[in-house]
Amino acid sequence: MNEEEFQPGGDRFPPTRRSVVEAVGSADAEERERALESLCAAYWRPIYKYIRLRWNRPAEAAQDLTQGFFVEVLERGLLKRFDAKKGRLRTYLRVCVDSFVSNEDKAGRRQKRGGNVAHVALDFAAAEEELGGARRMDPAAIPSPESLEEFFEKEWLRSLFSLAVEELREFCNARQRERAFRLFEAYDLEGHDKITYEQLAKDYSIATTDVTNSLAWARREFRRIALDRLRELCGSEEEFQREARATFGGNGR
Amino acid sequence: MKFLSDKAVERLREGAEIPDLTGTRYRLLERVARGGMGVVYAAEDEKLQRRVALKVLDGSSADGDLANRLIREALVLARLEHPGIVPVHDVGTLGDGRVFYTMKFVQGQRLDQYVETVRSATERLRLFLRICDAVAFAHAHGVLHRDLKPANIMVGSFGEVLVMDWGLAKLLREDVGRQPRIADPDATVFEKPPKAGDPTNSTTSTVVTGHGTVMGTPGYMSPEQARGDVEHLDARSDIFSLGALLRFLLTKNPDGATNAAEKPHLDKALEAICSKAAAPAPEDRYSSVPDLALDVSRYLDGLAVAAHRESFLEKLGRFYRRYRFFILLIAAYLVMRVLILFFMHR
Repeated sequence: MNEEEFQPGGDRFPPTRRSVVEAVGSADAEERERALESLCAAYWRPIYKYIRLRWNRPAEAAQDLTQGFFVEVLERGLLKRFDAKKGRLRTYLRVCVDSFVSNEDKAGRRQKRGGNVAHVALDFAAAEEELGGARRMDPAAIPSPESLEEFFEKEWLRSLFSLAVEELREFCNARQRERAFRLFEAYDLEGHDKITYEQLAKDYSIATTDVTNSLAWARREFRRIALDRLRELCGSEEEFQREARATFGGNGR
Repeated sequence: MKFLSDKAVERLREGAEIPDLTGTRYRLLERVARGGMGVVYAAEDEKLQRRVALKVLDGSSADGDLANRLIREALVLARLEHPGIVPVHDVGTLGDGRVFYTMKFVQGQRLDQYVETVRSATERLRLFLRICDAVAFAHAHGVLHRDLKPANIMVGSFGEVLVMDWGLAKLLREDVGRQPRIADPDATVFEKPPKAGDPTNSTTSTVVTGHGTVMGTPGYMSPEQARGDVEHLDARSDIFSLGALLRFLLTKNPDGATNAAEKPHLDKALEAICSKAAAPAPEDRYSSVPDLALDVSRYLDGLAVAAHRESFLEKLGRFYRRYRFFILLIAAYLVMRVLILFFMHR
């Protein structure tokens, strides 16, 4: 057996998505728009929450700034300036957010925006609910810059996984494998520590091996979808490899 | 979009990391260790009904350089059939696209843990010779390990020594004759230097990656490897690591840089062997692992070692240590004779 005989992943999976950084430079307007939508879908929640915490902005102002930031990305071609050799796309965007909010403050020209990111439904009410106590925060409770960075990373991962879970749900529905998704949801998303495969098998009146197989399949598909989305949100293959390691368990453990 | 709790995010991460062994002959048992590029699990080979170690890339990459590297590691192991090198059983791709290989499940301790239980320096040196034996075998088959360190050596429950983790292994050119074998930059997919202007090569990794990360372990890595001088690495790079390993076995410190007051006493000959093996310049080191092993064996046999020029007193001391039994026997005989003569003439 030699390396050429190996086709890891083979043609089992659909072609991987193109990086948004490349796609925004595409001559095809549709592709550019899709790229921005993907970027916006993955990042708007972390950015909104980050602005709320890091910049201590009220909800309405943070909403406006979040939408304004994506307009800025589009209008000023911020992604084209990103150099994958210098760092991660995520870090670059966070720095851009800081710079954007700071500039907006200086110019005092905050205005209602959002027309160009209307394709992605920004459910600020839900984001606000997720943020929980942030509404009642006081300046002393604002975390340090390091922990804010961690917070942004964590929210970004949550956003990535949420999108992947939604895509998995659609994928399961399209393949009449709703039960696999429900099992995945019950065990991996909502499951408390005491839930067992046996209990799930009993609840769904199926064999335990069916639960095992369904969960293995759903996790495999989830992983594939999440990695595919992650690849799309990285500036280079090298960044993708590093991010994927950190995302799926590398992370120095 | 459903909000995922922190716990759900963690479960998703963990769940996605678990290799999907559907369709293989293996059943996952437990996670054993995490290496530089993958995770090692204990698994059961259901056909042969035995426990194996299954190494799989972590969630990172179903394709690309890491996958190539794992395959290469398996291929390297497959060509090294030696009792001191963990045997590989199988290699393949899982349903989720991740490359894996299975190998013998070694029950035992890592060298750094095992050595705590070995008090005798002689026993430690014998252990070291078994490591040298495996590394010499690999060199003879054109393979450099490049990451020799206590954590990569296992001692089995019957005292067998196994050199593990060949993930950084490098193939050497076959055509170098008696000269030290030189690393072939094209031999390892992972270590091709990127060609200028070739965008497809932007992700290939050399020993010094694009981000300046050097592969290897400080303290055990030769200076030339630390510099990323990939093309000129040869067997002497591993000899440096073996020198550090020998020093670790004898003093628990690979580079001998402890405070002079705390520095454990090391016999001059052993000190010389360690220093020669781990000399900063490759040309000052032993030229091959058998040469290093020979010096250690000579030390164990009470003979002069090539690394150390002895003074007359040292020679005398070594002579005494080697023939102590006979010397004491003769001395006792002479004392008895003297005593007998003394009492006879009273």
